[in-house]
Amino acid sequence: MPLTRSELYGEPSADEPQQYLWTMNFGPQHPATHTTLRLVLKLDGERVIEATPDIGYLHSGFEKLGEHLDYNQYVTITDRMNYVSPMSNNVAWHTAVEKLLGIDVPPRCKYLRVIVNELSRISDHLVCVGAMGLDTGAFTYFLYAFNPRELLYDIFEALCGARFTNSYTRVGGLMHDASPKAIQMIRDFLAGFPKVLDDLERLLNRNRIFVDRTKGVGVLTKVEAINRSCSGPIARASGVTRDLRKDEPYLAYPDFDFKVCCAQAGDCYARYLVRLAEMRESMNIVKQAIENLPSGPVNIGVDDRAVLPSKGQVFSTIEGLITHFELVMSNRGFDVPNEECYFASEAANGELGFYIVGDGTNRAYRARCRPPSFIHFAIFPHLIRGHRLSDVVAVLGSLNIIAAELDR
Amino acid sequence: MSTQETVKSLSQAFGPLPASHFRGQTRVVVPVDRLHEVLKFLKEGRGFDFLVDITCVDYLYYRDAVDRFGLVYLVANTATNERITIRALVNDPDPEAPSVVDLWRGADWMEREVWDLFGVRFTGHPDLRRILLPDEFSAFPLRKDYPLQGRGERHNFPVITRAES
Amino acid sequence: MAVDLPDNVLITRLDELVSWCRKNSLWPMPFATACCGIELMATGASRHDLARFGAEVFRFSPRQCDLMIVAGRVVMKMLPVLQRIWMQMHEPKWCISMGACASTGGVFDTYCVVQGIDRFLPVDMYAPGCPPRPEQLIQTIIDLQEKIQSEGTMFGREFEDPERQRPKMALRLEGRKEAAELAQRRGTP
Repeated sequence: MPLTRSELYGEPSADEPQQYLWTMNFGPQHPATHTTLRLVLKLDGERVIEATPDIGYLHSGFEKLGEHLDYNQYVTITDRMNYVSPMSNNVAWHTAVEKLLGIDVPPRCKYLRVIVNELSRISDHLVCVGAMGLDTGAFTYFLYAFNPRELLYDIFEALCGARFTNSYTRVGGLMHDASPKAIQMIRDFLAGFPKVLDDLERLLNRNRIFVDRTKGVGVLTKVEAINRSCSGPIARASGVTRDLRKDEPYLAYPDFDFKVCCAQAGDCYARYLVRLAEMRESMNIVKQAIENLPSGPVNIGVDDRAVLPSKGQVFSTIEGLITHFELVMSNRGFDVPNEECYFASEAANGELGFYIVGDGTNRAYRARCRPPSFIHFAIFPHLIRGHRLSDVVAVLGSLNIIAAELDR
Repeated sequence: MSTQETVKSLSQAFGPLPASHFRGQTRVVVPVDRLHEVLKFLKEGRGFDFLVDITCVDYLYYRDAVDRFGLVYLVANTATNERITIRALVNDPDPEAPSVVDLWRGADWMEREVWDLFGVRFTGHPDLRRILLPDEFSAFPLRKDYPLQGRGERHNFPVITRAES
Repeated sequence: MAVDLPDNVLITRLDELVSWCRKNSLWPMPFATACCGIELMATGASRHDLARFGAEVFRFSPRQCDLMIVAGRVVMKMLPVLQRIWMQMHEPKWCISMGACASTGGVFDTYCVVQGIDRFLPVDMYAPGCPPRPEQLIQTIIDLQEKIQSEGTMFGREFEDPERQRPKMALRLEGRKEAAELAQRRGTP
């Protein structure tokens, strides 16, 4: 594409009654957008009359790639989808694939998936509240929130070797079992994390500046939240008691005792509080899961011909070698029905779903992702209408828009 | 069980509709001209107030497929946590479907995305223009006849040298 | 030739002095688009602390910066923005292409991702990794500092080198195109 001006937002004509309004461009490269989003704001003085989001500055063809990579390879792409909590995407993708293939993973695998899902929820919420603090002027808060993330990175590194883009799951199991060291690290993290949460709450919850900038800003009512397809913490902050972990339990979630955190106000402050409360609940879930972690294998058996065998099995047993060969050869692969199915999981941002169409080969015919950020950013013009320019960053921060998930 | 009731009530209201089940999910195929009516009935008559997603599948190379595009409407009931999938099939040339923005405001961007990537036009949509790709883009990249690497659009930019910058 | 100097006087070339100043006060402009941006944030945060290497003053205005760190993939819609921001920066300026996606397109060999920003922009340093660990990014910045120290000049004569004039990949692609044209004229495949 040549370097041309977009004709999308043409100059308003002279006889338009609202000539006193002026238009401001916000983004796509702006510190408060965190990544890449663009807003065209129509302002009356400092008041936002209308906001027009312009997205696609990070559209990289994830769904097209999903049609060209097999079910195990595509997990590396899901890492880069919501890169603040890659593990949640891994878990959602492979649980969706297993639903299509009709595989039931062993209990230990389910528990470990729940643990990494909840840990990544914590890391996602930490970024969200930290960046929200940063945007509203609390830089120290950001550093406080980012520190425990490094501990989480260490845990993920111990689990799967990569600190950031994990690719931890596989069809029918996980890449590795959790080592005792990793489990000890999770225990240590859980021991220290309540103090971090207390610090975070004490730092900002009653801070006058922060509360004034977020309370009553960007209010989303319950009816609107449902009508505009909101999910996750954003819907729950508006009083929608919908949590897929409770409502449509998947993996090992029925085994745990946890609360669904909700608020009534629906403003930025409520969304912030819901996220903080969810971190505490996630911590409880991880605590229960780690204490009750079942023993046994982490992958389904090699005989099922669906899981990649370990290297030891490949090199020393004939079944392992054959299974590996069958799965890796492009003309063999998984036993995929000519069907389509949808699986939704409760990721940190909301309902993260995959709609997979299988066509008998070991690649998805269509791998649609239902991205929560995309749907949540669509409500932004509704939330910001009538607020001031400085509230744009507060609302953006509270929505936790991840551009890679937004544009895919 | 209630999903069966939903299917039953749908066929009472609209005549027999082909329904199928897979892994606990129910799909109903609806003719595209009745799509809006069916979704309106589901929303107002059966309490399916939550539109989860709208997406599309291009069945160009799919085995035994007759129609080209399959629209997928995933709707859910937030009170009973019931889910149902509504399918509608549209065809070349000029695939068209009714917009459901008047029922769910959340459908706005989802329909724009389907238009952007598949070229299915939604009649009655208030603001149907490209959302993810630049306006100058001329193809619909998620169609099966569009290559993964594109047709050279990604390298059609001026080169900046040190002297210019 | 021995010259008697007091202890606190050093003699150096002006070029070296200027380069020494420049290399220790790099102001990065974080052009963070995707996953690498989070690692860039982690590099600036407390554990890795980029301030130790004199490059922690992140400024989001291109006018104030002299080092652009392109962190993350750059897609069709974003490249004109990137080029404009690069053109808004003042000389002397450097560019780090952080991560596989910015350098080569990485895993995203798709219709809309630019396969390496060095096709369209002059890049000075590449940071490998997907995404690079903070240590790797710090190493890249140290390498860039060494490069500035070793070849920097006061008036930026090093940028006049034709090798650095055009983006590296663009040079290579043009070379390939010329070779193909030459072969066509000669009638050989």
